[in-house]
Amino acid sequence: MSQVKRPAAPTTPPPTRFKSPPVFAWLLIVTFLALFLQGVVATEISVERLLRGAVNLVHFIGRAFPPDPTDINTIGWAMLETMNIAVVGVTVGVLLSIPFALLSARNTTPWPWVRVMSRLMIAAMRTVPDLIWALIFVVAVGLGPMAGVLAIIMDTIGFAARFFSERIEEVHPGPSDALTATGAGRLSVIGGAILPETLASMTATSLYSVEKSIRSAVTLGLVGAGGVGVELAAAMRLFNYDEALMIILVILVVVIGFEQLSSAIRKRVI
Amino acid sequence: MTAIQVQDLHKSFDSLHVLRGIDFEIAQGECVILLGANGCGKSTLMRCLNGLERPDRGNAYMHGTDIATADARQLCQLRRQVGVVFQQFNLVQNLSVFQNVLYGAMGEQRFGLLATLSPLANDALRERAMYCLERVSLADKAKHKCREISGGQQQRVAIARTLMQEPSVLIADEPVASLDPSAGRNVMNLLMAIVEEQRMTVLCSLHQLELASEYGDRLIGMKAGRIELDASRDTVDHQRMASLYQGDVRVDHVPTTHHERPVTASV
Ligand SMILES: Nc1ncnc2c1ncn2[C@@H]1O[C@H](COP(=O)(O)OP(=O)(O)OP(=O)(O)O)[C@@H](O)[C@H]1O
Ligand SMILES: [Mg+2]
Repeated sequence: MSQVKRPAAPTTPPPTRFKSPPVFAWLLIVTFLALFLQGVVATEISVERLLRGAVNLVHFIGRAFPPDPTDINTIGWAMLETMNIAVVGVTVGVLLSIPFALLSARNTTPWPWVRVMSRLMIAAMRTVPDLIWALIFVVAVGLGPMAGVLAIIMDTIGFAARFFSERIEEVHPGPSDALTATGAGRLSVIGGAILPETLASMTATSLYSVEKSIRSAVTLGLVGAGGVGVELAAAMRLFNYDEALMIILVILVVVIGFEQLSSAIRKRVI
Repeated sequence: MTAIQVQDLHKSFDSLHVLRGIDFEIAQGECVILLGANGCGKSTLMRCLNGLERPDRGNAYMHGTDIATADARQLCQLRRQVGVVFQQFNLVQNLSVFQNVLYGAMGEQRFGLLATLSPLANDALRERAMYCLERVSLADKAKHKCREISGGQQQRVAIARTLMQEPSVLIADEPVASLDPSAGRNVMNLLMAIVEEQRMTVLCSLHQLELASEYGDRLIGMKAGRIELDASRDTVDHQRMASLYQGDVRVDHVPTTHHERPVTASV
């Protein structure tokens, strides 16, 4: 091989080998440690209390076995109501997420201030937990499944609209430019070039929302928003632990079934 | 009659002054090849000509309408007259070839998308789209997804889409830059044949000088956001074209001082 020629020294020196960690990182570590230690003290975690908890748990399990299937009919209907809440809530939620996402994506929003507004709304829907939405709607529309449906809608929009709009912003601008160049209107361009490219990802997100919503629909009943959670709360409060266990088993079976089904569909779509 | 008339056109992106006063005219039915190095502003100029970018200063008349001042409705009217072929084809990858060709009629149809979706479009439109696909010899690929066909074929689909649009002006931005030489030549021949049939006015940018010296009536050369050369094709020799690629050609030019520093030490 011929000789490799090199300049004697570069005019720009190479970057330094080590960077000192930024002050911000130190601050973060110290704050975290302080909070952690204070938390351990404040929550009074002690071996004695843990042991007592374990004993109580054994006691609960002892009284819960065998599960009591006498009320299986009521439980079944309540479970169906939970599924109704989840399916109706998530469907409406996903459908509403699409306009929200279009308004809050940089490349489809009509005006920047609309984008800011709708992003704020989505953020509000996401940051308020579903149980709190349920509490609010129980006050607004009364006890029962309707409050649950409304809570699920809010929760779904907060989650799905954000993912949809991120996906929409990632869409390559070329095809939209090409359709705009034919003289097409804005809505036609969005529907013709942008939505088709996001469909697969939106379907996956929607199916994930379904899984999420069935789980939250169960817990929503605990605050009176309809479904099997109402039964579970009642059984626990009346110390009918064997009935409670039965309800928990039914929930387990249904939720797992739902998740399996949805992830099977999701795999086929992607 | 003039089809395109550009007067003192300026365009900046933030602090980057891309178009620095462009003037030219293109007569109806004329075929003009636009040359220039990477980053000299060709694409920006072409995007200004159909309103995908708004010029900051100056005028660009397309069939007498000034794009710089046109309102949204006029802009749609005007874009219908201007077909665009892009370097990156810009097909909707998830949809079928046939659907993409149908989209060419989106501007002319009153109901836009609804009238051009394959299941909803009327028979006349669907037949016209199929005819356009036949013209680019891709009728057999109609049902394929766009991502399943090769680059050369995708560009032919894009040409079919433009044919579907029935424009009177064609703007082609490096239509063959991402194709291999033989596919590139095929696409170029097809494009020029269609342009001739439809008597379109053409502005087409190219990077290959051999191609530039074969097609079109006139050459326009750009350098760093200005027009450096504007002459009938026969009067321009290879040397003159090559000079467009030398010196300060880019608009975002960084000084080229030490990239050819003499090598001193050896190992
Ligand atoms: N939307 C934009 N925002 C900011 N800068 C842009 C934008 N579009 C183009 N530019 C800049 O303008 C300059 C000219 O770009 P342009 O695409 O017009 O060049 P070109 O002549 O088409 O080059 P090429 O031959 O590589 O396609 C480049 O420096 C580019 O970075
Ligand atoms: Mg370009």
